Amino acid sequence: MAQIFHPSTNTLSRVTIFGALFLIIGLLWLLAQINRSPYVTDVNVVRAQPVPFSHQHHVSGIGIDCRYCHKSVENSSFAGIPSTSTCMNCHAHIWTNSEMLEPVRESFRTGRPLRWTRVHDLPDFVYFNHSIHVQKGVGCVTCHGRVDLMPLMRQAESLQMEWCLACHRAPARFVRPREHVFQMDWVPSIDQQDLGEELVRKYNIRVEQLTDCSICHR
Amino acid sequence: MKWNLKIVELIRPVQRFKTLKPFKSFKALAMLMLLAGGTTTGCRQQMADQPHARPLEPSGFFDDGMASRPVPPGTVPRGEEPGELLHPGKIAGKSAEQLPFAVTREVLARGQERYEIYCAPCHDRLGTGQGMVVRRGFPRAHSFHDPRLLEAPASHFFEVMTRGFGAMPSYAEALPPADRRAVIAYIRALQLSRNVRLADLPPEDQEKLRSIK
Repeated sequence: MAQIFHPSTNTLSRVTIFGALFLIIGLLWLLAQINRSPYVTDVNVVRAQPVPFSHQHHVSGIGIDCRYCHKSVENSSFAGIPSTSTCMNCHAHIWTNSEMLEPVRESFRTGRPLRWTRVHDLPDFVYFNHSIHVQKGVGCVTCHGRVDLMPLMRQAESLQMEWCLACHRAPARFVRPREHVFQMDWVPSIDQQDLGEELVRKYNIRVEQLTDCSICHR
Repeated sequence: MKWNLKIVELIRPVQRFKTLKPFKSFKALAMLMLLAGGTTTGCRQQMADQPHARPLEPSGFFDDGMASRPVPPGTVPRGEEPGELLHPGKIAGKSAEQLPFAVTREVLARGQERYEIYCAPCHDRLGTGQGMVVRRGFPRAHSFHDPRLLEAPASHFFEVMTRGFGAMPSYAEALPPADRRAVIAYIRALQLSRNVRLADLPPEDQEKLRSIK
C-alpha cells in the first residue's frame, strides 16, 4: 500500500508549525503598531479649521503669551479656547479686509461662535486638569510639543494611557520650574533628572499616588 | 363630605392602573427593554464620548448652539464687592492714588507677569507703546512715560483696563480686579524706572551707578 503523504510533507508540517508561531507574533506586533500609529492616535494630523490659525505666527512671530488666549489654563481644568472678542482685540484693527478672517468677523457680528475642530480630545472617561499640571511645573511643550513652530495645530503626542503613565510614573524626567512653564524653548541648565527630583520635592508632587486609578478615572 | 369625593376622583386612575394584569405589563416591559437594548448598543465607543457637555462643546439644546452659557450682564463675581468694582480705587468719589492693598514684591511680580501677557503685545515690555502688535499696524498705544499718564491717578488705569480706551478693548475678562491693581503697581514701577532722580535712590544704588560712570 502506498504512503498517503509524500516525505516532503514532514518538512512542510514543520515549517507550518514554526511559521504559524511567527505569523501570530507578527500579527500581534502589527496590531500594536497600528494602535500606536497616527492612523489611530491622529498624531501630526492637521485638521480642517474654519480659519487656518497659525500658532507659529502668533507665538513666534508676534510673541504673544499662551495665556493671552488660553486664559483659564492656570485655574481651570480647561485651558480655554479664546472667545471671538479675543481675536477681535487685535483684528478689529489689523487685517480687517482679509478674506481668511471673514468667519471671525461673521462670528463677531452674529454672536454665533466659531466651530473649531478639536485637536486634543481626551476620552470622556478621563479626568484631566490643566491647572494642576501648570502649578506643578509641567510645561506646555511637554504635552503639546513646539506649538510655536506649528503653522497649523496638530497633536504632538499620542495622548494614550501609556503616554500619560510615562510621566506619572517618573515626573522628575519632565517637570520644570513654574516660571518657565509657558516658555516654549526652555532647556534645563543642569541635568534634567537632578533638577526634576529637586522640583518634585519642592512642589510636593506625591509620585506614589500619581499612578492610582482614581487620579485620572474618577 | 364633598372633599372626600374629590380625593376618590383623584385616586381612581391610579386604581385603574393597578388592576392591569401584572403578567401583561411585565411582558410589555421586557419587550421595551429588548428594543432599547437593541438600538443603543453598537460598536461605537460610547464611554469615550458620553452624552454630557464639556466646556465650550456644541449643544443642540440652546438656540445659539453653545453648551457653555455666557455670563448674564451685570453679574458680580463672588468675593468682589460691587462698590469696589463700580468705583475702582476711589475714595469718597475722588480718584485716589493708593491701591487697596500693600504693594509687596509678590504683587509687583504678579503685576509684571500679567503685564507681559496682556499689555506688552501693544504697550511693549518697557511701556513705550511700541509693542509688536502696534508695529504690525495696530493704532499707536500710549506710552506710560507720557506726562499725561505720569500724572494720571492709579484709578485711571483701572478704569481703562476695565472699560477700554480708544482702540484698546476692555481687559476686564482677562484681568480680575486684583490683577488689574497689580498691573497698576507694575506700571508705576515702569514709570519710576525712567523718571527717578539719582538723589531718590538708596545710597548703595547711587554708589553703584556712580561706579559705572
